[in-house]
Amino acid sequence: MPIVEVRDVAKSFADKVAVAGLSFAVEGHEIFGLIGPNGAGKTTTLRMMMDIIKPDSGEVRILGAVASEATKARLGYLPEESGLYRKLTVIDCITYLASLKGMDPHLIGARADTLLDRMGMLPQKRKRIEALSKGMAQIIQLMVTIIHDPELVVLDEPFSGLDPVNTERVKELLVELRDQGKAVILSTHQMNQVEALCDRILMIDNGRAVLYGDLEEIRAKYRGHSVLVDGEGEMPQIAGVIEKRDHKNDVELVLDSTTTPQEVLKHLVGAGMAIRRFEVATPSLNEIFLRAVGRNHE
Amino acid sequence: MNRTRLVFRHEFVQTIRKKGFIILTLSLPVLAILGIGIFRIASGVAVPAAAVMRIGYVDNVGGFDQFTSQKGADLVHFDSPEAATQALVQRDIDEYFVIPSDYVATGVIARYTLQKELAPPPATAAAIKEFLSANLLAGKIPPNVISRIEAPLIAITTTLTSTGAVAADQGGFASFIIPALFSVLLCFALMFTSNYVLQGLSEEKENRLMEILLSSVSTRQLVTGKLLGRGAAGLLQVLVWVISLPLLLRLASSTIGGLLSTIQLPPAVLLIGVAYFILGYSMFAVLLLGVAAVTSSTREAQALAPIFTMFAVAPFWFSSLLVLVPNSPVWVVFSIVPFSAPVLVMLRLGLTGVPAWQLALSMAVLAFSTVAGLMLVARLLRTYLLMYGKRPHLREILRSIRTG
Repeated sequence: MPIVEVRDVAKSFADKVAVAGLSFAVEGHEIFGLIGPNGAGKTTTLRMMMDIIKPDSGEVRILGAVASEATKARLGYLPEESGLYRKLTVIDCITYLASLKGMDPHLIGARADTLLDRMGMLPQKRKRIEALSKGMAQIIQLMVTIIHDPELVVLDEPFSGLDPVNTERVKELLVELRDQGKAVILSTHQMNQVEALCDRILMIDNGRAVLYGDLEEIRAKYRGHSVLVDGEGEMPQIAGVIEKRDHKNDVELVLDSTTTPQEVLKHLVGAGMAIRRFEVATPSLNEIFLRAVGRNHE
Repeated sequence: MNRTRLVFRHEFVQTIRKKGFIILTLSLPVLAILGIGIFRIASGVAVPAAAVMRIGYVDNVGGFDQFTSQKGADLVHFDSPEAATQALVQRDIDEYFVIPSDYVATGVIARYTLQKELAPPPATAAAIKEFLSANLLAGKIPPNVISRIEAPLIAITTTLTSTGAVAADQGGFASFIIPALFSVLLCFALMFTSNYVLQGLSEEKENRLMEILLSSVSTRQLVTGKLLGRGAAGLLQVLVWVISLPLLLRLASSTIGGLLSTIQLPPAVLLIGVAYFILGYSMFAVLLLGVAAVTSSTREAQALAPIFTMFAVAPFWFSSLLVLVPNSPVWVVFSIVPFSAPVLVMLRLGLTGVPAWQLALSMAVLAFSTVAGLMLVARLLRTYLLMYGKRPHLREILRSIRTG
């Protein structure tokens, strides 16, 4: 049974269609990327999953049940534009927000200590939120999102404001949550993080699905028939190479449909070129994003 | 624990911990104790012995030679204005007056003093008046009738019930002062407590907490918990004032005495006051929730709030008219209008009393307005609670209320 099942969901605000017939499912043991340009309908979709707003039509099922008050305690949500009680101490803020998720008050202290310790923030436990840096506050928000051990964790731009050390800590945490069997939905504009973490993605634009599926399969689908070569020596003329593009660190050779990368590598080595790197060119998610979304906006 | 109760507890605890709340709650008893203390110190330090004035007079009519010892003043006869002036300059007398020969026809006397003054001091004027009237009537009317003419009315009013029995509430200033004081406190409590709700919601909106909260609780749970939590804090404030009031009155009457010692605190006034606080607070808090929903910052919300809370204060603007014409039908109408009802009814309670049907109707309209307001404001909350950094136009707000 999928942890999240979105079936033909639509939502409009006055005359503006935010989500138009969107369907997807998210399983446990996976990190799922929800990506798309600004105004694509990502936040509206997440809010419908959290039962913050109701869809006009369609259905959102969480852990087998229609999203409702009852499902909220089993979810963790970190919104993009989020904050904390500035005048409260870190532990008071965590305690209140965790108790709203139905967590046993006696367990909150110990669990908060474990998480604070893990993120290197135990010394900040008694400090007021307003005394924390933006990155520290973001870490606290992440803790609040997962402290009650939810089965579904939804994170909207979780790396915002984090330094590289904390970014790595958060990435490790997300992988750990996935390995524990939880479903993690990651919505971000940082495509490198999606590439590094996500198993599957849904790219939406104008409220509709543009790309949906396994990240590697999507990349393979967008993979062109070309190779990247970095080496020393003069590049020979090779039959079957129809175009040569010079990049900063390598050269891209675009092949015709009958020529294989193996034939090109054999030819280069045969011509005496010292090869440092040879790889089949795969487009980055960023390029795929631009191609998919750009196509829609043409 | 129930989520509404969690929100309630959080809001209550956070409100009563605020410095502003603590200062405001304690300010009334502290200021009253301070006032009583200052009175006690001042009355102990500066109690000048009541000096008897010496007022000279020159009688050009003749016959003004009796009753020269009046309350607080001795009247001293002089044969001429020159002699009186000489005595005044030498400070033998405090002032003098000349009774001209045509005094009986005109009533005019000429008064001379060394002090520059706005008008004759009341004690001096009273002493001269009584001296003149007593001498005018001397020999014509018995002395005991003279004193009655000077003070013909000492009215002791007894209010009866419709059955002819002596009413429990005998009216008068002593029974007006508590409801009047209550209406002032009620006004303060309504404004401050409903502002706590506004502040709470605005801060959460401004600090981008709404989405986190709404991913854990429903809008209904959040709003209910907030209204009850902040309202309970306001009620606690009112209770502190209500409990401290009899103690302060007792302290004041033992120190100051006089009228204060006759003031009673009728339990019915307390009950009605608390009922109007709860109803009034609910209505103003609901309105201010709507303000918080459509504004983007605490500052902006607080700037708009007085538009609504000034209606609670409005009855005070007309308080002198209310005292002059307490039975006007206008007051009955405004006792039913929910905005003005809480404060106006409390003021009327001390003046003329308010019939039970008016109380019941007023409270029912207030309760109905609150529920209706909550339903309309819920539409605004659903639409604008997650809208940050942008204030909708009035037309958009009206459309949101209309379409829900």
